[in-house]
Amino acid sequence: MTFITANWNPLGEAFYRKSELYEMCWNLRDGLRDCLVAAAPYGGPIALLREPVRRSPSSRPQLEIYSASGVSIASFPWKSGPVVHLGWTVSDELLCIQEDGSVLIYDLFGSFKRHFSMGQEVVQSQVLEAKVFHSPYGTGVAIVTGSSRFIMATNIDDLKLRRLPEVPGLQGKPSCWVVLNQDRQTKVLLSTGSELYILDNTSCTAVSLPGLAPQGGSIVHMSVSFSYKYLAVLTDSGHLWTGPSHLQDKMSEVDTKKLTPPKQMVWCRRPKSQQPSVVLMWDRLLMVVGVCQDTIQFPTEDQCVLVGEMDGVRIISSTNQELLQEVPLVCQEIFKIASMAPGALLLEAHREYEKSSQKADEYLREIKEQSMLGEAVSQCIEAAGHEYDPNTQKSLMRAASFGKCFLTDFSPGQFVTTCRELRVLNSVRESSVGLPLTHTQFKQMTLQVLIDRLVYRQFYPLAIEMCRYLKIPDYQGVSRVLKHWASCKVQQKDLSDEAIARAMCAKVGDSPGVSYSDIAAKAYECGRTELAIKLLDFEARSGEQVPLLLKMKRSQLALSKAVESGDTDLVYTVVTYLKNEMNRGDFFMTLRNQPVALSLYRQFCKLQEQETLKDLYNQDDDHKELANYYVTASYREKRLESRLSLLQSAVDEYNKAKNEFSAKATEEEMRLLRFQRKLDDEKGAGLLELSLQATMEALLALGLYKQAEQLYRDFRVPDKRYWWLKLKSLAEKEEWDELEKFSKSKKSPIGYLAFVEVCMKSNNKYEAKKYVSKVTPEQRVKAHLAISDLDGAADAAIERKNDSEIATVLSRCSAADRLLIERLNRASTAKK
Amino acid sequence: MRGNPYSILRGGWKALGTQAIVWDEYLTGPFGLIAQYSLLKEHEVEKMFTLKSGKLPSADVKNIIFFVRPRLELMDIIAENVFSEDKMHSSRDFHILFVPRRSMLCEQRLKEQGVLASFVNIDEYILDLIPYDGDLLSMEYESAFRECYLENDQTSLYHTAKGLMTLQALYGTIPQIYGKGDCARHVANMMLRMKREFAGSQNQILPVFDTLLLLDRNIDLLTPLATQLTYEGLIDEIYGITNGYVKLPPEKFAQKKQGEASKDLPTESKKLQLNSAEELYAEIRDKNFNAVGAALSKKAKIISAAFEERHNAKTVGEIKQFVSQLPHMQAARSSLANHTSIAELIKDITTSEAFFENLTVEQEFMTGVDTDKVNTYIEDCIAQKDPLIKILRLMCMQSVCNNGLKQKVFEYYKREILQTYGYEHILTLNNLEKASLLKLQTSSRNNYPTIRKTLKLWMEDANEQNPNDISYVYSGYAPLSVRLTQVLARPGWRSIEEVLKLLPGPHFEERQQLPAGLHKKRQQGENRTTLVFFLGGVSYAEIAALRFLSQMEDSGMEYIIATTKLLNGTTWIKSLMDRPESQIS
Repeated sequence: MTFITANWNPLGEAFYRKSELYEMCWNLRDGLRDCLVAAAPYGGPIALLREPVRRSPSSRPQLEIYSASGVSIASFPWKSGPVVHLGWTVSDELLCIQEDGSVLIYDLFGSFKRHFSMGQEVVQSQVLEAKVFHSPYGTGVAIVTGSSRFIMATNIDDLKLRRLPEVPGLQGKPSCWVVLNQDRQTKVLLSTGSELYILDNTSCTAVSLPGLAPQGGSIVHMSVSFSYKYLAVLTDSGHLWTGPSHLQDKMSEVDTKKLTPPKQMVWCRRPKSQQPSVVLMWDRLLMVVGVCQDTIQFPTEDQCVLVGEMDGVRIISSTNQELLQEVPLVCQEIFKIASMAPGALLLEAHREYEKSSQKADEYLREIKEQSMLGEAVSQCIEAAGHEYDPNTQKSLMRAASFGKCFLTDFSPGQFVTTCRELRVLNSVRESSVGLPLTHTQFKQMTLQVLIDRLVYRQFYPLAIEMCRYLKIPDYQGVSRVLKHWASCKVQQKDLSDEAIARAMCAKVGDSPGVSYSDIAAKAYECGRTELAIKLLDFEARSGEQVPLLLKMKRSQLALSKAVESGDTDLVYTVVTYLKNEMNRGDFFMTLRNQPVALSLYRQFCKLQEQETLKDLYNQDDDHKELANYYVTASYREKRLESRLSLLQSAVDEYNKAKNEFSAKATEEEMRLLRFQRKLDDEKGAGLLELSLQATMEALLALGLYKQAEQLYRDFRVPDKRYWWLKLKSLAEKEEWDELEKFSKSKKSPIGYLAFVEVCMKSNNKYEAKKYVSKVTPEQRVKAHLAISDLDGAADAAIERKNDSEIATVLSRCSAADRLLIERLNRASTAKK
Repeated sequence: MRGNPYSILRGGWKALGTQAIVWDEYLTGPFGLIAQYSLLKEHEVEKMFTLKSGKLPSADVKNIIFFVRPRLELMDIIAENVFSEDKMHSSRDFHILFVPRRSMLCEQRLKEQGVLASFVNIDEYILDLIPYDGDLLSMEYESAFRECYLENDQTSLYHTAKGLMTLQALYGTIPQIYGKGDCARHVANMMLRMKREFAGSQNQILPVFDTLLLLDRNIDLLTPLATQLTYEGLIDEIYGITNGYVKLPPEKFAQKKQGEASKDLPTESKKLQLNSAEELYAEIRDKNFNAVGAALSKKAKIISAAFEERHNAKTVGEIKQFVSQLPHMQAARSSLANHTSIAELIKDITTSEAFFENLTVEQEFMTGVDTDKVNTYIEDCIAQKDPLIKILRLMCMQSVCNNGLKQKVFEYYKREILQTYGYEHILTLNNLEKASLLKLQTSSRNNYPTIRKTLKLWMEDANEQNPNDISYVYSGYAPLSVRLTQVLARPGWRSIEEVLKLLPGPHFEERQQLPAGLHKKRQQGENRTTLVFFLGGVSYAEIAALRFLSQMEDSGMEYIIATTKLLNGTTWIKSLMDRPESQIS
């Protein structure tokens, strides 16, 4: 603990420290010599492509993929063409750029994903050098070809190749080049030795470095910072020029006194860097050159690889891995020897407190006197975040917690969050996981992405534990992990369908947001249809089951699931699909087993395909519906003959359905139609389409009494209805004599009050009177009143000694009928 | 509950610009309730058209939006519209908005027609339950009963279940579900299933409803057949209420416009909105019509007394106060005038002999008088060629009250109808038979009297003026559906197990688990709330009866009513009729 500053090296005002991250788990026989190496930032994976020891046509190079801690993830012989460059995409996919310009993409586990080409011309001219770069648009690839042309793709997921303009006088490859990202444009900065050019989409512009000493010499190496904001340029005279990458300024120029070009040159800075620097690596030397002109030199034993990070540089050798970074300001303040910063005092106070020394109080007092306790706690918490060693983290957090006790209104948020984040970070930094993230990187990367990366590396239990620990809502947390787990699980060929389905059900259960149909789709993609069907059974939303089942050609199952859902639209969808897929017989049979689907299809046919409807009823021997169908169809026919034949079919079907009434009614209709046509032909009566009643009415109106009579008899029309009809018809035509004759033809089945009323409707009181006497006693009052014969009504009422009738008559009397009123009243009282 | 359909357009479909809406005619009514035309105008809707085949009318707009129900025949019309349009204006954008739900089938159809790609947006406006009043929701799904009972098409039930899920998302999970009937069972099953599908996304809303009661219309076929005798029910029976509006003959309303008296009588019918926002209407809508006259005259006295107040107003302050009340009073006065006119119109009809005879026959049927014989009134009505629907209503009623008609009677009626109104009605008769509204008496036992007696469906001394029982809504007959609802609340269905078995379909009870902490802590005397859902339609008289139960002091239960369709006997029977000739055109 006391030696926390032991590995600190001053550089200008600031300090740099080099701390060990891992002892590498790998066992590389030949170190990192003679390999292509690619290590992804943010503690990403490492890829090695090693040339075989003995070069022979049959031996192939080995491609190896390791985690950042050197745990082997994949290893396989490289069977494709010669590789010029390796690189990682932002989503941890490996890009292998071949000499012929094709780019092969592998996932973290070494399985081939896809490939693309950098253009046809490259096959001829070959790739001389390539770089993989990251920008807000994604991961890009830039190459320089044998014909000295630059070709670039800014986003490999949305491939658009750009051929950059020619560089004047360039033969072969440039002495050095970098990809810049400026003003939302990707450019190439290249040096031909003495000249410096910027290449963008349309032009090639010569530029110069401001303030570079004339004796500087030609450029041999260039490096751009992680954020693309700063540029470092090394000349053959050993001068290192640094400045912003827009080349309008100079930050510094340092003479490294090294004339050999370095193996690698990388920026080392951090956000709010006090002392940014450039790290240069030679065979046995690592030199940190500060912008302040100060340098630190580290000897190196072994071949190393530098990986630039946003807040430092990782140094990977065959045995271990170190992080070189500028010590964060807050850590400097706390740990710098003899520091009086509040954080440093608080840490000291806590240390004394643990020793049960009263000095603790003195330190505390000192901080409190300056009212800096809050500041001190914050400093300790912040510093803990930047420390890699859990013991140091703990002592800082304990100090913070101690200091917090003396504060009344200090929000615990920062403390709690940092505690949680440190636990997460410590667990992913474990060598077995191998994600050596700093706190700053973690914040930049976000928790979501970290979980994604863990999932991608198949650390499912850790990811779930993390989600639970950080209380991330299930939907974004645990469920998401489970989803990935499940779709990975279904690809495990060595497990039986049954076992996978069981495991799935046990683990995933009813977790919200995990869609079994998505998992099933994945299983189907991997050719495991049976498993997919098993998994779909767990899916609660039938709407989700159906499309996949259809895709898997399990149409019967799809149909029953659709029916189960109750969503008729879904049923229709499956039915339409089946209709196109199956032959008619099978289709009908399928429907027959699903009554709900069948009736929906019938509905559909009713509107769209009448003919099919008939076939459906036929298949089901549904004679009644078939008959109804013929009836409906008959109305669509214009020609009477076809109409009659359809009706005949209806009769047959009604008979088969044992519906005698309907059969007879239909036969009657046919008879009526024939009769109507006959009369239409003979007399032009225009009877067709009329009902029997209307036909008789029309006949009566035309004076065709005999024909009406014939219908009345033939169709056994009830007397009452016929009498009403004839009565009204005759009255309307004012055939009063005919009416009287009719009234006397036999005893009226509708009584005679009807005659009275109908005559009155035609305003013929004279005729009406004729029938009053024939009215039954019960209706007599009514009849008299109908012809406004108050006296007659009164007589009848009094005679019948009926109170309510007397009252009715009274209600019709006006004041002028005084005598009558008296009479009625007398009769009424007399009765009482 | 009211929403702006434009919230979708404005939220999801940005930068639309000028629009013309092409309406599926059926939707204009329901949409009128939630978005006024003026509101749509504010949102850059320049023109509105009705969907019809052929070419779209011209309009200088950037966007054409189709508001349609997901029906295949409408898709064909849209395709035709789009085809004829494309040639003239290539720059227009087409949108389609399905109400209440997107349909894969329809999209497939548009694809087959080759126009799917012409649509910039395809979306849905989820409108299942439309608020018709504070306590009344309807899906206005006209063909629901027909589809469920004639065609075995349960689309409406799926929408119902979806609608109830939406309702629960807004107003909390309903802990108890009761139901009677096959459709009710189906809806409940779907709801429980959908709940499982949404497992995990539990809503944390305190439940507003304690109970959901799902009732199939076919357990009570009788009620809607009877003539409704409440004020609102009669307005609906005589003039028809559609989407909360009624159209009335103009004569009675003409003389009110003073100064214009010399002009001719208006020929356009008077359109009035009817809902409880109108104080007077809220008061009288559910009264038996015989009690409306008294209520109106009481109101008239109050209003004229209020106007008389002005003579007592002496100080400036008093006058000011009087004036401030004027708008309200004037509104009340015009409301009173309107309803007095309507009541007069109705009275002309209810006092007619025809109405009286019809009612007498209905009541005879309901009380079980001579239901197994051919009824002379029906016979006479047929002879007089009264409207067919009237005949069918009476016939169905007789059949329902007699548990089917004797073969002789049945065939006599059918023959009479076919001979008088035409053979084509054989299809309608078949439909009515399929829906059990008409049937042949198979067993000699008639259950109806048992049901009537056990459930006290006929109350001899119904008090129309100051009702003490729901039977006042039909002047004696207590609607079966509402009686079941009433019994469920107290003493519970267990007491009527036997009767329930006589009605078609299963009865059931389901419980839905509430998330912990959402169990209502009921205050003493606090009312419970039941949502009664009528699958296949409900009449205004039934609604009135339920409102009466809500208002009963000791009921302890408040009812909210939901349905697939607001109906009366006429519209109901109409929906079951088949007219083959209409298919020719």
